[in-house]
Amino acid sequence: MSTRLATGGRLIDRTRPLGFSFDGARLRGYAGDTLASALLANDRMLVGRSFKYHRPRGILASGAEEPNALLGLGTGARFEPNVRATQQPLFEGATATSQNAWPSLAFDIGILNDLAARLLPAGFYYKTFIHPRPFWKHLFEPVIRRAAGLGRAPREADADRYEQLYAFADVLVAGGGVAGIAAALAAAATGARVILAEQTAHWGGRAPVDGDRIDGQAAAEWVAAALARLGAMPNVTLLPRTMVAGVYDHGYVLAEETLADDPAPGHARRRLWRIRARRIIAATGAIERPLAFAGNDRPGVMLASAVRDYVVNWAVSPGDRTVIVTNNDDAYRTALALLDAGLAVPAILDARPEATGALPAALRARGVRVEAGRAVARVLGRGRVRAVQTCLQAGEGAVIDEIPCEAVAMSGGWSPVVHLWSHCGGKLRWDEGRAMFAPDPARPPTGADGAAMVIAAGAASGALHATDCLRDGHEAGRRAAAEGGSMPPEAASPAEAPHAEAPAEAPLMPVWRMPQGAGVRLAAKMWLDFQNDVKVSDVELAAREGYQSVEHAKRYTTLGMATDQGKTSNINGLAVLAGAIDAPIPAVGTTTFRPPYTPVVIGTLAGEARGAVFQPLRRTPIHGWHEARGAHWEPVGQWRRPYCFPQGGESHADAVRREVLAVRNAVGLLDASTLGKILVKGPDAGRFLDMLYTGVMSTLPVGKCRYGLMCNENGFLSDDGVVARLSEDTFLCHTTSGGADRIHGWMEDWLQCEWWDWKVYTANLTEQYAQIAVVGPKARAVLEGLGGIDVSAEAFPFMAWVEGTLGGIPARIYRISFSGELSYEIAVPAARGLELWERLMDAAAPHGATPYGTEALHVLRAEKGFIMIGDETDGTVTPQDLNLGWAISKKKADYLGKRGQERSFLTHPDRWRLVGLETLDGSVLPDGAYAVAEGTNANGQRNTQGRVTSTYFSPTLGRGIAMGLIARGPERMGEVVGFPTLDGRVVQARICDPVFYDKAGEKQNV
Amino acid sequence: MSEPATLTTVTPAGAARAIAIARLPEQGMIMLRADLGAAATKKAVKAAVGTAMPALRRIEAAGARAAAWMSPDEVLLLLPRAEVDAALAAIAKAMGTAHHLAADVSDARAVFALSDGPVRAVLAKLCPVDLSPDRLPPGEVRRTRLAQIACAFWFDAAGAATLVTFRSVAQYAHDLLELSADPAAVPPFPR
Repeated sequence: MSTRLATGGRLIDRTRPLGFSFDGARLRGYAGDTLASALLANDRMLVGRSFKYHRPRGILASGAEEPNALLGLGTGARFEPNVRATQQPLFEGATATSQNAWPSLAFDIGILNDLAARLLPAGFYYKTFIHPRPFWKHLFEPVIRRAAGLGRAPREADADRYEQLYAFADVLVAGGGVAGIAAALAAAATGARVILAEQTAHWGGRAPVDGDRIDGQAAAEWVAAALARLGAMPNVTLLPRTMVAGVYDHGYVLAEETLADDPAPGHARRRLWRIRARRIIAATGAIERPLAFAGNDRPGVMLASAVRDYVVNWAVSPGDRTVIVTNNDDAYRTALALLDAGLAVPAILDARPEATGALPAALRARGVRVEAGRAVARVLGRGRVRAVQTCLQAGEGAVIDEIPCEAVAMSGGWSPVVHLWSHCGGKLRWDEGRAMFAPDPARPPTGADGAAMVIAAGAASGALHATDCLRDGHEAGRRAAAEGGSMPPEAASPAEAPHAEAPAEAPLMPVWRMPQGAGVRLAAKMWLDFQNDVKVSDVELAAREGYQSVEHAKRYTTLGMATDQGKTSNINGLAVLAGAIDAPIPAVGTTTFRPPYTPVVIGTLAGEARGAVFQPLRRTPIHGWHEARGAHWEPVGQWRRPYCFPQGGESHADAVRREVLAVRNAVGLLDASTLGKILVKGPDAGRFLDMLYTGVMSTLPVGKCRYGLMCNENGFLSDDGVVARLSEDTFLCHTTSGGADRIHGWMEDWLQCEWWDWKVYTANLTEQYAQIAVVGPKARAVLEGLGGIDVSAEAFPFMAWVEGTLGGIPARIYRISFSGELSYEIAVPAARGLELWERLMDAAAPHGATPYGTEALHVLRAEKGFIMIGDETDGTVTPQDLNLGWAISKKKADYLGKRGQERSFLTHPDRWRLVGLETLDGSVLPDGAYAVAEGTNANGQRNTQGRVTSTYFSPTLGRGIAMGLIARGPERMGEVVGFPTLDGRVVQARICDPVFYDKAGEKQNV
Repeated sequence: MSEPATLTTVTPAGAARAIAIARLPEQGMIMLRADLGAAATKKAVKAAVGTAMPALRRIEAAGARAAAWMSPDEVLLLLPRAEVDAALAAIAKAMGTAHHLAADVSDARAVFALSDGPVRAVLAKLCPVDLSPDRLPPGEVRRTRLAQIACAFWFDAAGAATLVTFRSVAQYAHDLLELSADPAAVPPFPR
């Protein structure tokens, strides 16, 4: 049984009990517990089922490396899967559930996979389900998908809020253990800006648990004093509960801070730090390796370091009797911690031929049975450890004796956490003596200055012993400040590193298989990757089947591919692979370390961008009016424009019909404020616009307007709009609503990069003006109702503009028409846009005062055969395709797109060109429908000869009208072409002139 | 001014905020593009707002008027809205025939005053800018982005900031600022 000890526990507060639940059972823990320590204190050794064989799994570790204790946390909209119990602080009311078990954790039906384990080797799926082919998609994959996966995805949208923060530092220290603290102290003393981030809520890392002494103090006291000093420095930011997730190019770092485990509604739960650091110190410590012996995945088998963490930090006993199995001296500290807590250590099985160091001697002195050259043959017990059988490490597993116990503490040595070093390409070296990969200082990840941007420090650099670790951290801090800060290290950094005292340790002996001569029967029960169920036998099988590369073997066996990314399995796995293919370990190498170090909640990556602020919503000055009148919206870029204004129970189609007829017969008002308005000014402005537009703008008289087309260099139509000449050297260019920013950027691109010597300035004044179109036969009467500007046909002809005061509001009016009706577009300062709109609505009241939306606008322009950028164009259409040759100057030597348009494909007579289309039955053609031609193409698809680009019901004509691009279209007037529909019919339509209404243009010119 | 300058709020009514957020609808603004080194341009700035030409990334203030450096050929002139027309005329006179562009952009922008609290910490949640007081001292203009929109801001000596963004996204900017001003989530940064 695991249980809570009567005394001790340096991180728990026994005066603050907390209630929580696990799989529905109500349990109690203390403030300061992790979910894992609280579960163990309640004798919940079994916390999950393995991925593939559904074997019972207990807590293995005490930190980020935990592969087994992945729980679902919370319920409903606050449910989060795959929470590592070892990293999750306990909070009142926490609701945890086990994963991957059905129907229950204690009785799981998937355990049948375990009995059939010999039938489910590495690559089983690849081998088994290849044939027959269709079975994969329809039979095997659905079944496997249902059985696979860890945890389940949340079903509801995340109820919590998240935020991000941009931060900048001279030195970022990742890891708040003693090496990181020493580094931060050394760096901060120079005045450098330092951020110190620690993934847990506690500072000091392992040192307080391991009993180190620093500068004559107990480690915990030294840590507390150091933190107080750092906290008082204005140049230091301390970030507990902040996991540095990844290092990216040029010193960019992402870190996830937990603000609250159970936040009040409306407050952020986590914060993503987006840090730009000149130097990054990776003081991320080391992770203990499991040993590969048969049954090492049984609940109750734990990492030795985790056992002493639970005893010392949380006063949790893993069981009365704990057998230690190790290949190094460090695990003896666990035995000491257990003895100090009054628990029994029946035996220490040391795989090394002799165990004579200071720590083994100390244990022998306390009467503990220390057996050198010994190993675990197998673990007995199913749901939890009952006993271990011992054998010789040198042998094949013949059982020497059986030691009853409740827990096994194993240690296969330590691996530096090299993730942050490696994310941006830092290389590793194999340390033969200590059997570990450590950062190679000669091959660091380099930053913008070409120098190392990451400095590994402490255990993460390979300095495992406390004395080396602290000195290394201090030196890293000094170096980082010298390179990343603004002051030389001699300025203030103390040259003397803090000094740590800890017993000397004898070298370890690499042990990748226990016992070394174990046969396949034992190897098939030796777990490497606990989360993905990969065993020694699987890696050896992969090697036999020809997988030599560690990256290939990883994917074939899935070793290290689970949510823990192989933190406890990578090194053991590649060592087994190296042994199986008789290659040295460094020749096999590691797989690639990629961010994030541990999983990051998706919500932190989205940050604030959800709900009301998911995207910026651009509003015109009249937006609120439209909203109050129940406008149905259409997104146009980031604008919202009214699509139509339904009245009463009117359908959208009926509203559009009513709005179109109102414009044709009386008057309608359109909010055209979203139109792009770019001011172009300077002595070379005319010359500049002559290059941008296909037509000639420099000859436009002051006071007049001219329609123009812009193409890209390839000759394809990019934007259109009306240009007004405001003065000799000033033009106002209207663009499409969605094109304003793009066209302004396009103009600046040419002016800044190509024609930098031309005297032209531009200004995007789109939002300075509200613009309202008053359209229809009664438009003039409406403007006269406001008064102040002579809008008579004589004083103010078509394609002119005037400036003045309209109804007391300073205004510029353009007499232009996108509907074929008499039309005025009135621009006023945006702040007065709503006022003008309301005044115009009042003035138009005798004529119906109909506001209309974008759909009526589209129908009106389509009836007139006017093209729309984005409908008739798609980036592959030229003005010539749209019969807009009249807007292209033949005289100009050049304009953007001219040479492109002369290429053979763009001048080919077979190109699809704009025509009108009228269905024989008067119906509305489906949007985007293709006109089919005879025969099939090389792919066996039906040939096509054109497509519909715009199609509407015309209320004016009472039937469907459409525009389309048809091969040689204008040459084929009167021909009938067929458009197949999705429901299998073919709609016949006759090619016709695209101008369906008022071809002579009499209505707009009155 | 006929348009109400009030914006709706996204946080619950009465929710506390770490800083004060106020929109300044009466701010007048002129965009001036010209050769900033030319004597005529300096004269135009002086005539319009009474300040010297701002140096690279700086803002020069004189009472309710100021000139802010925007780019190597652009300054933003800030002045009371009622003075814009007169200032435009003064610029035209000072510039004479020199190539320039001056335009009233008072209505194209939304201006917010941010004060009374950890303004830098709130902006650090939204702007990829080093907001430490010694890296962005009072009187320096920063053009950057506020989450997904363009903005510019500067601090005064009292720690208040003026933030300029586009008019159409005023509500979005306001929502962002309000959400980021949760007094329960003030970050320990910048320092």
